[in-house]
Amino acid sequence: MGFDFDVIERSLGYLFREGMTFTVTLTLLAMTGGIIFGTLLAMLRLSAFRPLAMLAGGYVNLMRSIPLLLVIFWFFFLVPYIGAWITGASQPIRVGAWMSAVITFTMFEAAYYCEIMRAGIQSIARGQVWSGYALGLNYWQTMGHIVLPQAFRNMVPVLLTQTIILFQDTSLVYVISATDFLGAASKVANRDYRLVEMYTFVAVVYFIISYSLSLVVKQLQNKIAVIR
Amino acid sequence: MHYNWHWKVLLETEPGGSGSYLHYLIVGLGWTLVTALAAWVIALAVGAFVGTVRTTSAGWAVRLGNLYVEIFRNIPLIVQMFLWFFVVPELLPTELGDWIKQMPPPWSSYLPAVMCLGIFTSVRIAEQVRAGINSLPRGQRMAATALGLTQSQAYRYVILPQAFRIILPPLTSESMNIIKNSSVALTIGLLELTGRARAMQEFSFRVFEAFSAATVIYLLTNLLVVLLMRILEQRVRVPGLIAAGGAPQAGH
Repeated sequence: MGFDFDVIERSLGYLFREGMTFTVTLTLLAMTGGIIFGTLLAMLRLSAFRPLAMLAGGYVNLMRSIPLLLVIFWFFFLVPYIGAWITGASQPIRVGAWMSAVITFTMFEAAYYCEIMRAGIQSIARGQVWSGYALGLNYWQTMGHIVLPQAFRNMVPVLLTQTIILFQDTSLVYVISATDFLGAASKVANRDYRLVEMYTFVAVVYFIISYSLSLVVKQLQNKIAVIR
Repeated sequence: MHYNWHWKVLLETEPGGSGSYLHYLIVGLGWTLVTALAAWVIALAVGAFVGTVRTTSAGWAVRLGNLYVEIFRNIPLIVQMFLWFFVVPELLPTELGDWIKQMPPPWSSYLPAVMCLGIFTSVRIAEQVRAGINSLPRGQRMAATALGLTQSQAYRYVILPQAFRIILPPLTSESMNIIKNSSVALTIGLLELTGRARAMQEFSFRVFEAFSAATVIYLLTNLLVVLLMRILEQRVRVPGLIAAGGAPQAGH
């Protein structure tokens, strides 16, 4: 069987303009949303009010115990119902693959970011919180000005490593037929019957991006280690 | 907006006629476990080997090990799945490739899925093994050398038995990961638990019953794995050692 690597060159524009844009935008949105929601979850998990802590803990553990693919399916079908419930519509509303993917990955990754932020918050000395209160700051001020900035800073390398994993995981939107980088490549591959060439190319691109990012994280880690 | 639950659907016969939908899902769990177990064997063997090699004094072997880890850690699982399913059979000698492609289902997807998951997880195990070995006090290795053990004897009798006990907790989460990750095999046509929940939803139009059932089955499976690993941890524990806790790590 002959190989035809021209197919890659012919579809480069489509692959990157459509596919990679989808992948990168989804990654950035889910990262931002996931870190914000994850930090809130972490604060809830550490809250002294037991029912809230248990609720947040239950959510995080549930998300972490079932496969991402199942979560993607869940949200793909659940979001239209939740949307209808919020807007008061009588029928499930229409939600495209894009919106569904953004919501899914934000909610799913939040569980993982939560555990990272929880470890970060717990790594801050208790005295810091006490001195915050002693200065007359309330809970939100203490968290916002003293604890979270330090926790976040300490956890930046782990948060970024998690984001690299998120970047790779977004390829699973393939199962809801979204046109991310893999989805775009797979459409071209099946149209031109060039599966070997396209999937090899996809693997190489993902490798280059993830590996470069992991080198950046490693460098950052060394830098932070020196400052401490 | 209201959803009418209809749990009895689980007892209705699935279109293939093999039994109830519940039975259909349980068979799916069987495939999930059989895939995860076979992949786990590969992952442990390869991972232990690569992880150990990366702590030795042989520079070229360390670099080769690092290369292996970086390659399989930086390509998404689903892409690796496609590589094993679509690409590898084309690159093999024609007869072997055709033999793989012509295997009756589900074996034609089972074999690539097991290879993919095994290699994918081996990289993560290699990292754990290396971290476990490096966490041992340096005196252990020195003492082994002072006793006249060769490098391979030191690994066999002193270093690895301790390292493996240290990394048992992270191995527990890896064994749960491999079960979860096996769901990606549905993209190459293996009807494991998630794949069957999806199929059940398509046949019966009972979306949330199907996914709820699958979710509960996954939760019970996780519980079982945690219990089994805890028993194993207690069995092999070295008296006097504090149970090792891991540092926060990224994962999925």
